Amino acid sequence: MALKIVKGSIDRMFDKNLQDLVRGIRNHKEDEAKYISTCIDEIKQELKQDNIAVKSNAVCKLTYLQMLGYDVSWAAFNIVEVMSSSKFTYKRIGYLAASQCFHESTDVIMLTTNQIRKDLSSPNQYDTGVALTGLSCFVTPDLARDLANDIMTLMSHTKPYIRKKAVLIMYKVFLKYPESLRPAFPRMKEKLEDPDPGVQSAAVNVICELARRNPKNYLSLAPLFFKLMTSSTNNWVLIKIIKLFGALTPLEPRLGKKLIEPLTNLIHSRILLCLSSVAVLISLSSGMPNHSASIQVMKYLGLLAMSKILKTHPKSVQSHKDLILQCLDDKDESIRLRALDLLYGMVSKKNLMEIVKKLMLHVDKAEGTTYRDELLTKIIDICSQSNYQYITNFEWYISILVELTRLEGTRHGHLIASQMLDVAIRVKAIRAFAVAQMATLLDNAHLLTGNTQHNGICEVLYAAAWICGEFSEHLEDPMATLEAMLRPKVATLPGHIQAVYVQNAAKLFSTVLRGQEGAPADSKVAQETSQLLIDRLPVFVQSANLEVQERASCILQLVKYIQKLQQKDVEVAEEVTALFAGELNPVAPKAQKKVPVPEGLDLDAWINEPPSGSESEDEGRKTKTKGKAVFAKEESRHTKPRYTEVDEKELAKRREVRKAEQANNPFYIKASPSSQKVYQEAVGVEHIPVVQIDLSVPLKVPGMPMSDQYVKQEEERREKNKADRKKKDKKKRREKGRQRRGDSGPESEEDITPAHMVDIVTEEMPETALYTIPCLFPSQKSSKHKKKKQKKEEKDKKKKKHQHHHHHSDGAGDESVQNGTVEEEEPLPVSKQSPFILSTQSNPCPLDIQVCDIQGNLHDGSQVVVSVIFENKCDSFIKSMEFNVMDSLNSKLQRPEGAGPHDSLTVPFQLPPGISNEARFIFSMQSIVMPQKLKGTLTFIVKVSWSCSPQSTHIPHYPNQIEVYLSRVPNTTGVDLTIKCLLTGSNQQYLLLRHPCNICPLCMCPCPSQADQTVSIDAKCDEPGLLGNVLDEIKLTFSQC
Amino acid sequence: MTMHFLLLFSRQGKLRLQKWFTPVPEREKKKIVRDMTTMVLGRKPRSCNFLHWKDLKIVYKKYASLYFCCGLDAEENELLALEVLHRYVELLDKYFGNVCELDIIFNFEKAYFILDEFLLGGEVQETSKQVLSRSIEASDMLQEVSVIPRSR
Repeated sequence: MALKIVKGSIDRMFDKNLQDLVRGIRNHKEDEAKYISTCIDEIKQELKQDNIAVKSNAVCKLTYLQMLGYDVSWAAFNIVEVMSSSKFTYKRIGYLAASQCFHESTDVIMLTTNQIRKDLSSPNQYDTGVALTGLSCFVTPDLARDLANDIMTLMSHTKPYIRKKAVLIMYKVFLKYPESLRPAFPRMKEKLEDPDPGVQSAAVNVICELARRNPKNYLSLAPLFFKLMTSSTNNWVLIKIIKLFGALTPLEPRLGKKLIEPLTNLIHSRILLCLSSVAVLISLSSGMPNHSASIQVMKYLGLLAMSKILKTHPKSVQSHKDLILQCLDDKDESIRLRALDLLYGMVSKKNLMEIVKKLMLHVDKAEGTTYRDELLTKIIDICSQSNYQYITNFEWYISILVELTRLEGTRHGHLIASQMLDVAIRVKAIRAFAVAQMATLLDNAHLLTGNTQHNGICEVLYAAAWICGEFSEHLEDPMATLEAMLRPKVATLPGHIQAVYVQNAAKLFSTVLRGQEGAPADSKVAQETSQLLIDRLPVFVQSANLEVQERASCILQLVKYIQKLQQKDVEVAEEVTALFAGELNPVAPKAQKKVPVPEGLDLDAWINEPPSGSESEDEGRKTKTKGKAVFAKEESRHTKPRYTEVDEKELAKRREVRKAEQANNPFYIKASPSSQKVYQEAVGVEHIPVVQIDLSVPLKVPGMPMSDQYVKQEEERREKNKADRKKKDKKKRREKGRQRRGDSGPESEEDITPAHMVDIVTEEMPETALYTIPCLFPSQKSSKHKKKKQKKEEKDKKKKKHQHHHHHSDGAGDESVQNGTVEEEEPLPVSKQSPFILSTQSNPCPLDIQVCDIQGNLHDGSQVVVSVIFENKCDSFIKSMEFNVMDSLNSKLQRPEGAGPHDSLTVPFQLPPGISNEARFIFSMQSIVMPQKLKGTLTFIVKVSWSCSPQSTHIPHYPNQIEVYLSRVPNTTGVDLTIKCLLTGSNQQYLLLRHPCNICPLCMCPCPSQADQTVSIDAKCDEPGLLGNVLDEIKLTFSQC
Repeated sequence: MTMHFLLLFSRQGKLRLQKWFTPVPEREKKKIVRDMTTMVLGRKPRSCNFLHWKDLKIVYKKYASLYFCCGLDAEENELLALEVLHRYVELLDKYFGNVCELDIIFNFEKAYFILDEFLLGGEVQETSKQVLSRSIEASDMLQEVSVIPRSR
């Protein structure tokens, strides 16, 4: 024994200690990984030794390696060993390692519970301390539950060193095991008045944290804290207490009045003072070239404070706008971002343009792309906030957006694009301008797409193309834009953008046609346009992107057809325009609510009743054949008035065409249900009242405009507006009432009238919308109904009974049975002698299906005949049974010639109630080696006559799929090989093998032994795969018996 | 003063000490460490000591060649965190006597022990330097007594 110890300590002298390891790592900079892997091997050796000193040394090294990022979770158990050492030295290292390496999912943690409990009650306070420290890092809910009581006792330990640790760790315990809070709270409260300041501050810490989560429960402690606040000299504690009061005062106004009133007054009166001093600081620091980090800290905190004050005293912060803008120039990114945040809250109608102009300057200067992206999003955020509340001139905004597109390598192309779309759609007055801008953008697309496809900015082209197409009537020169959209370079753009290009090229085409055919002399131009499309579209037809391909080939054919008509001098413009007819109206998000639900339509009702046995109805078939179902009746009532009028009919047709396009367009709302009344009132798009808005600035600005000019314009406009206001006042008011619901700018800013109105606001919709929506899509509504109907029919069809059988059939002979789904039916096969049971997962089935026999076809060894008995167990007539089994690799259901591989076989009989009949199906087999699972369906119709109604109805049943897995014992040659499961006695099974013969590839010798309930099987076979599978099947069979 | 983690790393981005006060999965830890080192080291000199990262406030300070960096809840006070970092540096300094990076590298377990006495579960446990150094010394004494002196 003594020798062993001596030997151990001699060994240790040769071990590396931590210092050696660290030094070694520093000396092996080039092959660090290799060195460490040898170290880990050494450590593994050391961990295997009995000497705890060696182990703890190894664990210490592991802790270091863990910090370097190596996985040491394999040593978790060794760490626990070291933790449980009785010596403090090792215990300390063990707990350190545990606190670094363990986490909630470490499974050895549960082994530590008792060890920790022992350490907690150790007479040595440092043992306890080290255990508490460790526990704070890896406490789990289980540990918290088990140890909560022990820790609670420690809270009143004699040593303050333990008390404060116990108090702090209680917070962790509360988090993991909230039930412990209630019993521990009184003691925690006691600790607030602990004589030891450390314990006191710990208790303040914990209660502050708790109170932050749920301040209400801690109101009662306010007097105590007030006492502490006045008496304590510990700054750390004071800060905490003041924070706590911050959380408590909103809940209890009296507290504020009684205790904090003088304080708040003080703070309130100082806010402005603080603010100006902060402002002074900021300006000071920015003036000094060599400002130190501490001033940066002040700056940061000042901005932070300002953003808090902004919420309550916006005016006082706004006066420091220039200073804040200066902060945007700061070298420090943290400060710049703070300043940006602050700006977001500061904008008003008056200063928006100015601020954004400054920001644009910064965008140009900004070096890091992340910061530039941040700026970009901020600009858009600032402008679009509260529904474009602060934007007075949308032309300016569009040009800002266009300028932003010149940023290289930004990720936010889609953001700009969505803004463009939003503004162009919602601000009607701006459309002409927007379209002009977008056309220029399209023309200069090569500037945007410049280098790579990954360039996020090309998203903008998506918006540009769409706007140009949709509002093409505003285009100066649609021909040029069309040409720009069909340049070969477009084919390098991402697919979804190309798709929009193609679609909108067609829209432009229609515009060009319409423009040209007005003047018959120019029919040549129209034909040239067609030719242009025909020349250029094939590039898109070859696109790899399906969407592009589909749209392009569709449009290409259309254009070819149009060209033919043109050559015959047929006027086509009107028809082509009709493809894209219809005004696009923005719709408020909540608009749907305003649409009354038509009478008789119950939105909560099931469209297809959930399958519930015989109660479900077969409307599908009925509506189709007789048109008398409830649903169909309503349908006809809805559609009738429309189809009688010829105009309406044509209109509907036209819209049907457009619907396809709308479906792809996110800006169309889908068909909405509407009342009958609405239909009659609204006739067409033309009748929608559209309020025209006067523009006080010229719309046409040639080339790419600079947004700066708008700042000037804006000022002029304001001047002019002031003069005009009296005149226009009345009108504006009215418009405002209609269109600017969301605009709730401060009173003082009311006098700045926006140049354009945002059309739809988020909260409410214009009154007109109630009529617009339904009348826009009358045809859609009907089609939706139709769809519903179709869907119903489809579903009904599905409902008509799906039963899935799985036959595993191969050579002749009975097969062992495996009922894969329902165990209760297990005994059945024996008594009935039928090896196949079809069990259903669904409700009682009217049809009972049993596979009664499987035989090899004597003439053709590769075929198997499966006989199935169908028995009608219900009181109704069952007919139209169709049987289908999905072909697998090895087995195919033999179908009559000419039938496809998925067609189902009709069962050649009908089943009156209570009758059973047998049908045979032939499968051809490729190989017998593998067991197979076959899936099949059986559909049938149950004819039910209702006593209440004279008509008979077909009731579909049981859409549930039924799966039965049957095992298979192969046999090729027609020689019987039977394996039967017999239940004899209670738990014993015998395997009977009948007539194994030489021809059979498989030879088995079962040795059932009753004595010990084991069955051994010897088998011989020249095909190992076959043998293995058979044995597997047998095993499975046994395990299920 | 809920601190989520405290990291010490060198100018080269080598981690010298990591303490996690809330349970974080290993992979997440590595990611955070990587993010912190790149973010903090990427800052220009004479920048302020605060950063925002996800929903955490990051407060860091550089002492000699070593960065002390901690992650706080968003509503915590940054200055208090700076104060905590400073107090920890003072403690290290007192313990090692003019502490340098190498002291922490070679005695990293001591650095942990000191931290454990100062902070517990992310909360300040003891603010008094005297009390702290007394308890650290006491537990070191206990360790020295029980350990067989090593042959170096």
